[in-house]
Amino acid sequence: MSLTLEQVRRVAQLARIDISDVEAENTLGHLNGIFSLIEEMQAVDTRGIEPMAHAQDLAQRLRSDEVTEVNRRDAYQAVAPETEAGLYLVPKVIE
Amino acid sequence: MITRSLSGLARALAEREISSVELTRLYLDRIARLDSKFNAYITVDEEKSLAQAQAADGLLASGRGGPLTGIPLAQKDIFCAKGWLTTCGSKMLGNFVSPYDATVIEHFNAAGAVILGKTNMDEFAMGSSNETSHFGAVRNPWNTECVPGGSSGGSAAAVAALLAPAATGTDTGGSIRQPAAMCGLTGLKPTYGVVSRYGMIAFASSLDQGGPIARSAEDCALLLNAMAGFDERDSTSLDRPAENYARDLEKPLVGLKIGLPKEFFGEGCDPGVMKCIEEAIAEYRRLGAETVEISLPNMKLAVPAYYVIAPAEASSNLSRFDGVRYGYRAPEYADLNDMYSKTRAQGFGEEVKRRILIGTYVLSHGYYDAYYLQAQRIRRLIANDFVAAFNQCDVIMGPTSPTTAFRIGEKAADPVQMYLSDIYTIAVNLAGLPGMAVPAGLVGGLPVGLQLIGNYFSESRLLNVAHRYQQVTDWHLQHPAGLD
Repeated sequence: MSLTLEQVRRVAQLARIDISDVEAENTLGHLNGIFSLIEEMQAVDTRGIEPMAHAQDLAQRLRSDEVTEVNRRDAYQAVAPETEAGLYLVPKVIE
Repeated sequence: MITRSLSGLARALAEREISSVELTRLYLDRIARLDSKFNAYITVDEEKSLAQAQAADGLLASGRGGPLTGIPLAQKDIFCAKGWLTTCGSKMLGNFVSPYDATVIEHFNAAGAVILGKTNMDEFAMGSSNETSHFGAVRNPWNTECVPGGSSGGSAAAVAALLAPAATGTDTGGSIRQPAAMCGLTGLKPTYGVVSRYGMIAFASSLDQGGPIARSAEDCALLLNAMAGFDERDSTSLDRPAENYARDLEKPLVGLKIGLPKEFFGEGCDPGVMKCIEEAIAEYRRLGAETVEISLPNMKLAVPAYYVIAPAEASSNLSRFDGVRYGYRAPEYADLNDMYSKTRAQGFGEEVKRRILIGTYVLSHGYYDAYYLQAQRIRRLIANDFVAAFNQCDVIMGPTSPTTAFRIGEKAADPVQMYLSDIYTIAVNLAGLPGMAVPAGLVGGLPVGLQLIGNYFSESRLLNVAHRYQQVTDWHLQHPAGLD
């Protein structure tokens, strides 16, 4: 299979990555090369094989629903691009 | 002093032959003098390192030192260290001073080790040559025209150039073993879940695993003793009893059964590299080991499956970099979506964007079954191949990389060629097994690494197998020329 320029733009939009026309063209070439490698998987009959989602077949560990972390808001917000009164600032979403 | 083993350094510190401050200063001076040739470090902070060294000297003076107290170590810049710039090789985190310590850093701090600096790496650990770093390519100390391997290329170059006694790395598809092999070092990727991933910036969460890069198996064992351990803050950390990974180092290898997968010894490997691997295996036979031919029939599918699974997980993990809570934010934008898109377009490098796009595509509606689920089924087949293989042998051996270090720029324009340089290492991550690279020769002045693959939790056995070889060979003791 081979991707189209339209698909590259669509995926970039889904991934929230701005992409210029030149970049989209270059990316298309590279992705098609990579997908021709990936396509080698399609020749394998995997019917009845249980997908392996993780390196260890273990159930997710659970813990009791208790507060275990101290409040470190100031330390964490010190590295944020823009904050005010303990809140993260982003461009206005609702007019 | 700079060529001593970690236990040798610990002895020198315990016997007051040198203080931690002196030892740390020795390395800091070397970094200041020599690292412009290699670009192994992204961040060095003399004040912080010397403060830790001073505290370590206090511990040593009061007799409370452990095996790593006062020893300076290079930390891959993927590990968050409180108060240290932690970039992960990316412009996206170019201004990120971590407000907390990764568990691995916490363990080293508790052991009294000194952070010597943060090492260069492929951006978000995505690369096999250390060329994708926002902070520039790293040069291989054995030949500065060549790459050091990746993604832990800065860590490997730092140790090879004697700019650190040892370092940490992380391995998602070979990122400890391949740079260790290309820089003539010993590297260990533990069983998935042995080393906590908390504070280790995530690339592909079901594959990522931290581990040591050092000059010998013995040094790796000492480092792993500090790195490993259950951590409730990592939901995939395994709750197992603590181990002393150095306990079996001296065990004789008589009767060891070495599996040689025919898929590792066919076409595709450089003949010079193969000759070194075969000589290493001959050495193991002299040590009393037996060899048996085995097969990993689905080996050839490891690279294709990996380049679905790893990008899929990466596209999800890297969605957190949105210019809101930390890191880079684009200077100009129209609205919220535009801010996300411009921030990510400007903050990520080309290879990272490529993998996010692959991941987003294979997880998108209509392609999920054909790619993602198919890759996970193949992952199971690959893991099953290893289970079957370990019924016939104790350890698997082969090359780490099909070639020695390649030239800077040689594969940078062709992602597929770059991906195929990890052909022998990737299956180990998919299965979650431990693996090592051990220096086993030089071809054209460049190191070759023998790869050891063990069954789950066989780290101490692997270290034993590597150590006994290092008792009868001196490849691990060789250094590049012109390092003074």
